[in-house]
Amino acid sequence: MTKQKSYIPGTHPNLPPPRSEAGLLGWMRQNLFATWSDTFLTLFGLYVLYSFLPDMVSWMFFEAVWSASSRKECWAAMSEPMAGACWAFVKVRFNQFLYGFYPSEELWRVNLSFVMLFVALAPVLFDRVPGRKQLFLFTALFPFIAGWLIFGGFGLEPVDTVKIGGVALTLVIGVTGIAFSLPAGILLALGRTSNLPVLKMLCVIFIEFIRGVPLIALLFIASTMLNYFLPPGTTFDLLVRVLIMVSLFASAYMAEVIRGGLAGIPKGQIEAANAAGLTYWQTMYLITMPQVLKISIPGIVNTFIGLFKDTTLVVVIGMFDTLGMGRAALADATWIGLTREVYIFIAIFFFICCQSMSLYSNYLERKLDTENKFQKK
Amino acid sequence: MDQVAASPSQDRSQFRRLFYNKEVRSVFFQIVTVLGVCALIAYIGMNMLTNLEAVGKELSFSFLGAPAGYDITFQPFVSYSPTETHFRAAMVGLSNTLLVAVTGIILATIMGFTLGVMRLSRNFLISRLSQAFIDFTRNVPLLLHIFFIYGIVINVLPKPKQAEGLADSFFLTNRGLYAPKPIFEEGAWLVLVALIVAIGASIFIQRWAKARQIATGQIFPVFWTCVGLIVSLPIIAFFISGMPISFDFPKLKGFNFKGGFILRPEYLALWFALSYYTSSFIAEIVRGGILAIHKGQREASLALGVTPNRTLQLVIIPQALPLIIPPLASNYLNLTKNSSLAIAIGYYDIVATLGGISLMQTGKEVETMFLVLTCYLVLSLIISGSMNFLNSRLQLKSR
Repeated sequence: MTKQKSYIPGTHPNLPPPRSEAGLLGWMRQNLFATWSDTFLTLFGLYVLYSFLPDMVSWMFFEAVWSASSRKECWAAMSEPMAGACWAFVKVRFNQFLYGFYPSEELWRVNLSFVMLFVALAPVLFDRVPGRKQLFLFTALFPFIAGWLIFGGFGLEPVDTVKIGGVALTLVIGVTGIAFSLPAGILLALGRTSNLPVLKMLCVIFIEFIRGVPLIALLFIASTMLNYFLPPGTTFDLLVRVLIMVSLFASAYMAEVIRGGLAGIPKGQIEAANAAGLTYWQTMYLITMPQVLKISIPGIVNTFIGLFKDTTLVVVIGMFDTLGMGRAALADATWIGLTREVYIFIAIFFFICCQSMSLYSNYLERKLDTENKFQKK
Repeated sequence: MDQVAASPSQDRSQFRRLFYNKEVRSVFFQIVTVLGVCALIAYIGMNMLTNLEAVGKELSFSFLGAPAGYDITFQPFVSYSPTETHFRAAMVGLSNTLLVAVTGIILATIMGFTLGVMRLSRNFLISRLSQAFIDFTRNVPLLLHIFFIYGIVINVLPKPKQAEGLADSFFLTNRGLYAPKPIFEEGAWLVLVALIVAIGASIFIQRWAKARQIATGQIFPVFWTCVGLIVSLPIIAFFISGMPISFDFPKLKGFNFKGGFILRPEYLALWFALSYYTSSFIAEIVRGGILAIHKGQREASLALGVTPNRTLQLVIIPQALPLIIPPLASNYLNLTKNSSLAIAIGYYDIVATLGGISLMQTGKEVETMFLVLTCYLVLSLIISGSMNFLNSRLQLKSR
């Protein structure tokens, strides 16, 4: 037995933690096998993963066929039919997924709009973009420029709206919805929080009506009876009617997000602005809205995610957005039976779009959170 | 000052004062708004009447009494045949909407709370698995989930002939879920009465136990007593009254099952997809609600020697619930509204019957859509009203 060394209090050197508490082993002990029930849960989780992950990975990647000219050829190339995914089908249909039936010599217009979308988004998403003020002007003009590019007219070859489909249609509906709903939502929210009783009531009725009925019902109205509301003889294109309904729908939800933001502004701000002699609109434009918009960006992004997913509902009234193109592709006789591939591909597309938006919203929430540290509990 | 101003400008300054008067201005603007809205509504109404007249239609709800002439494959509550009226078909649709909404809300709540708690688990693997499921589900459109699940039910589940049943009474096939159907005979009401008595007694015991705990500090095992009562009383009543409930088991005859109770694949797909899609939102709400409770609350409770379970029950949940319930209510509303996606897979809900086939057959767009919208608005009002009531009951009484 070695002799125990003695120390003056406070001079004992720091010892490394026990091996079972540090490193990978320690991490596993604490996070996976802390108690008996934890161990059981971990084993259960591993079993769940084991039961589907290897099959899924091999189906999606190892057994998958990337190029073929028909389903028969696809399945012949696998160890057994349906052992892997036939991504060749998605590849063949890829352009249709993106553009629908858009004339192929005019595709540059859609592509250009798509690139411009990112330029228009940049000043909204990030506050350190050079020339942000000028870019904002571009953002405000973007819906009109893109609309002109995609639908044509004024010197460009006009494109029939039924030809627009796939991801392009999803983006057209989504971007129109958000571009219209933001200003409309701000006005509705201001109306709902104003102290003019009649105006307030009208806004409440509109918002609660729209929020109380499903989008499908509104789309049905758009497809069957919206023309009745217009002067006799005028007929609107189905896409335009859908865009109107989606915009109204989104603005009601946006109004509630903005109202939440308005509730977060201390009353003293508005009182101070009043005391300084600013008019109502000056107060809103200079004092309230810059703060409200900033704190409600996460909510706005979430509304946009919802809207983006809801654009798939136009399938029900016979339009061909991303999901609609997928379902149309399923009817192709040479590729019949590849339901899983198509749905999984579309699911991945939506997942990537929406998840990146929600990651951005999380990032923003964290960023805004640190700026108001003193308000935290 | 007034004397200094020249008399011709007096009128103008009065007018200006009127213009700058806040009350006068607000009344003026409101009158203008109301007039504008009225004019818009009148304009739309006029247009609608002229347009309807032009195509030879008139506004009337008499079509509701006419025979519908189409079949509805799933009608668990309201019996229906194609010879019956459009009104009857709409009732079937409404009951189907209610069925999928109520069962969906129940399943979504259970799954959502489970997922939310799993997400908060200290266990790394469980927490990450739950997160992966939540993220994937939330970020893919509901319609896609519904199509996908419907595809699985139709294509992957076995045909009735190959189906292997659970205890020879539940069969999951590509034609739906077959289950034993209870047949109520004479005396079955006794079981129902026993159930009601048990629930009443449970509420009484809860109150009594709470009063006793406040008075004496003793804790009574309320939960298990109530569960025991609610389970055992109806069973005892069942045997005493001579077993008045029997079951009609599904039997395989030829290519399909005969007898029993069947849940159609459309219902199964819609119900399941709606539930797990909504559950991923509920899970995030639950997680957010629990995380919002300050850490010190839990630590203080543990420091006082309260067990972890009682801490959850007495400290965390009472504070988290008021935060959870309002967004939970809006998710229930969303689920109910989303049930209208039924039409995409041919489940006959209110939109598919009244707003779909009835609309196409009678050409009464305005009337049918008006009724459909009214149904949803009433449902929304009921759900948000009851959730507000629940919330006001659960709100912590603070100074």
